[in-house]
Amino acid sequence: MTQVLDPAPPPPLVGGPRPPGFGVDRVFRVLALLAGLFVLVVLVCIIGVLLDSSLEWLRFEGFGSLFSLEWEPENAKFGAGAMALMTLIVSALALVIAVPISVGIALFVTEIAPRRARLPIVFVIDLLAAIPSVVFGLWMLRQLSKPLSGIYADVHAAVAGVPVLGDLLGDPSASGLSIMTAGIVVGIMITPIVTAITREVFATCPPAQKEASLALGATRWEMIRGAVFPHSRSGVVAAVIIGFGRAVGETIAVALVIGASQRLTGNLLAPGDTLASVVANQFGEASGVWRSALIGFGLVLLVITIVIGIAARSVLRRSNRRLGIV
Amino acid sequence: MTPESDMTPAATAGDTISPVDPTPTPVRPPEVPAEPASVPGREVVFNLSGVEIFYGEARAVTDVDLDIARNEISAFIGPSGCGKTTVLRSLNRMHDLTPGARVAGTITYHGEDLYGPKVDAAEVRRRIGMVFQKPNPFPKSIFDNIAYGPRINGVRKRAALEGIVEQALTRAALWGEVKDKLKSSALSLSGGQAQRLCIARALAVDPDVLLMDEPCSALDPIATARIEDLMEELKETLTIVIVTHNMQQAARVSDRTAFYTAEPDEAGRRVGKLVEYDATATIFTKPSDPRTEGYITGRFG
Repeated sequence: MTQVLDPAPPPPLVGGPRPPGFGVDRVFRVLALLAGLFVLVVLVCIIGVLLDSSLEWLRFEGFGSLFSLEWEPENAKFGAGAMALMTLIVSALALVIAVPISVGIALFVTEIAPRRARLPIVFVIDLLAAIPSVVFGLWMLRQLSKPLSGIYADVHAAVAGVPVLGDLLGDPSASGLSIMTAGIVVGIMITPIVTAITREVFATCPPAQKEASLALGATRWEMIRGAVFPHSRSGVVAAVIIGFGRAVGETIAVALVIGASQRLTGNLLAPGDTLASVVANQFGEASGVWRSALIGFGLVLLVITIVIGIAARSVLRRSNRRLGIV
Repeated sequence: MTPESDMTPAATAGDTISPVDPTPTPVRPPEVPAEPASVPGREVVFNLSGVEIFYGEARAVTDVDLDIARNEISAFIGPSGCGKTTVLRSLNRMHDLTPGARVAGTITYHGEDLYGPKVDAAEVRRRIGMVFQKPNPFPKSIFDNIAYGPRINGVRKRAALEGIVEQALTRAALWGEVKDKLKSSALSLSGGQAQRLCIARALAVDPDVLLMDEPCSALDPIATARIEDLMEELKETLTIVIVTHNMQQAARVSDRTAFYTAEPDEAGRRVGKLVEYDATATIFTKPSDPRTEGYITGRFG
């Protein structure tokens, strides 16, 4: 059936019939908005509860208790400083272990491994992320803490007397439970997420950049250094921030292997405690200000994560601006 | 090895005039004898003979026999998918990086087998530089972009690097524009400047050959003209092979032109092949193959 062209003018832009996708689009927008708001609402609720419950602690000694290094609940001393510092130490150790390994795995998967091997490798690493925290903790506690204590003793003997190193790797705890052990287990635990992000970042390096480097006679490693790394700096920093966020909050595994000593020490081979692990270890027996302080630790953790995240991003933004990358 | 030898007879069979062509235009009797691939009287840099390139099982280009002469500009032209870029990238072993890509036949470089077992691809690429379709400066300073190549080749001294950078930028006709902002990011340059930076970067390792893959396709006519002038100057000291979509550009700058086209093979897949290779003036005024004539007069492609 042939149709003659309709000579009538087109319907007006405003007030005409709506296209079929119109309603769906409106629903989609509302749903997306709700999903976005949900995160904000949860965050605000958490902060609200934490603030409310920790007010007793903050009033008890004032804000000084945030930084005080003394934690002696039996003597009514509730300083967060020692645990906050040890949290940073454990997280730093974890990053020192996890980042090089993750970058190595990510480079292997994106640049070196044969195409067919890539998916299986990625699958196995992602599987690591699915293992519950407590399993890592028990594995470390039961299987590795003894052999580690032997290694610690040897390392300590080897560096004894060396100025800074000798203090950092001081007398090891007999059980092997220590800040170092906690750093190792957390390092293993954050490796999958750091690997996943760095892998994504490396994979997005434009082929044009890699070819530019190779066309100048670069070897594979020179290409990675010259093209992949410069392109990936901000992404790798993001991976480190996310890994750090995970490490700071890691609780059960740390509580199992860190040795539960709330006195600040610079000796990585001695027991310690982190903000999260002390909450796990003591919350059951705590009451009153003690309990309020432990809840307050949650708030301190949140603040630490946010501050580090902002600081890292601003450093990055400055160096990106210098390079002209927006 | 076996698939290659299986493919070769097929390739030869497809070489005869394909029955798809309905009305073969009367071919002008070739005035040049049947040896268009050679470059008499010039030193040969590349010799390609029986070159076929595969991506996995798919044959991308076949039947490429040609010589590239020293201190000349050779242009590869042809419609999309004719394999001209594929052939160009085989000249500095860029295909090594593409999984499944394979070059059959022989390519010699100054008489040496380019794909010989002891040949190091990185060394090949250091001597045979490449400029890409889109300017691809590194996200580093202008200085560090140019110094990248010398640095990976072991030049460490600042003074030596400064000399190389100035010389390379001068050869690429960019020194005057950037000499006061060597420390600023290369990403702040305009498209034409960025492409000249990429040329300077390639020149900084002092290559013997420069391969250019549609170097002006992302540039405006003024920037294009500058690059073309630059090519004329550069050919005094090196050999240039350029792939271009722009026939006027090939006619303007090149000494010798290779025309490629894509034709269906016996299985119906389009495979690129070299149709004709001759002095540029000959290709554009009296080509010996009707397909070349059809392309340059705009009748197809």
